[in-house]
Amino acid sequence: MRPVGGPPARSDEPLPNQQVALIDLLDRLLSGGVVLTGDVVLSIADIDLVRITLRALVVSISAANPSPWPSREELAQRGELPYLEQPTLPEGGP
Amino acid sequence: MTELITYAYAVARDADGSLEAELSGLPGVADAPVRLVRTGDDGDVVVAVSAVPAADFDERALRSHLEDLDWLEVVARAHHRVIEALAARSTVLPLRLATVYVDDESVRLMLADRRRAFAERLAELAAQTEWGVKIYVEAAEAPEEPSADQDMSPGRAYLSRRRAQRHARQDAYRHAEEAARRVEETARTYAVDQVRHRAQQGELAQGPGENVVNDAYLVPQQDAEDFRADVLRAGDGFPGVRVEVTGPWAPYSFAVPAEAEPVRRAAP
Repeated sequence: MRPVGGPPARSDEPLPNQQVALIDLLDRLLSGGVVLTGDVVLSIADIDLVRITLRALVVSISAANPSPWPSREELAQRGELPYLEQPTLPEGGP
Repeated sequence: MTELITYAYAVARDADGSLEAELSGLPGVADAPVRLVRTGDDGDVVVAVSAVPAADFDERALRSHLEDLDWLEVVARAHHRVIEALAARSTVLPLRLATVYVDDESVRLMLADRRRAFAERLAELAAQTEWGVKIYVEAAEAPEEPSADQDMSPGRAYLSRRRAQRHARQDAYRHAEEAARRVEETARTYAVDQVRHRAQQGELAQGPGENVVNDAYLVPQQDAEDFRADVLRAGDGFPGVRVEVTGPWAPYSFAVPAEAEPVRRAAP
């Protein structure tokens, strides 16, 4: 596996595509792009690649590599849900 | 003899017929040369394709390959390489990874069938690029001065430290929320469209910190520099929060028009 390194797009490698973080690329290649169903022999959509890949991607967050952050349940108990857990952003801020 | 099938990368506009030259010498997926499929009636909408071994890209092979992140990375980067080369010269509609046809003729039939819709979307995307905006909540360090620690029992000092860490974390989330609001507000003053990707996690997530926002914006090329600078500035000054801008990308996240109203889409 590639080493977890510094920020993306800060590399000295010559080709732009070498600088792109794989995860940013997969976000786009697996959930973006035109899906042509019906015409193709095969496409990602046919075989539910997203699920397969996500399993590979998230597998390490569980027991072996716990998140350093409080769990959602912990935060919810304290009324401190992280940003994404809130249905809308409050107008005035905290 | 290896049986070959056709891997399709993207739909693009080849206005002056120079696009094929741009691809010469560029290795595609499976290192095969990339070429353009046309409809044959002098339309300028083309599909970039290359030959791949059927044995590697039929359903069963692909299913098992896709569990192999190393294989996936090689294919993803090759796909991206071709998209980038096309995007450098033309407007491009990237196709989903691993879109495979029996042969070029099937691609040609598909193109003839959908050419009008492709041309419309290509026109809408002309002179626009995609930018990624990610927001991270970074690990809050223990507070600098454990003020009364000397006088406390170890147990109480520990609890006090834990409490301070928890508060720092809560503050960081609050800051991230405010940063996200300001960043989004700023980004939307430039963006034509916006897509939310799932927050990144797992072994490929780069960090440091927890990714809480992972958005893509479609931005007119002429505004790209201002967009980037202003978005980064909008995220400045929030302790424990980091804003990262990636791009320019080919419009992967915008290849198909949004179903909802652009930009005004509600937060999920």
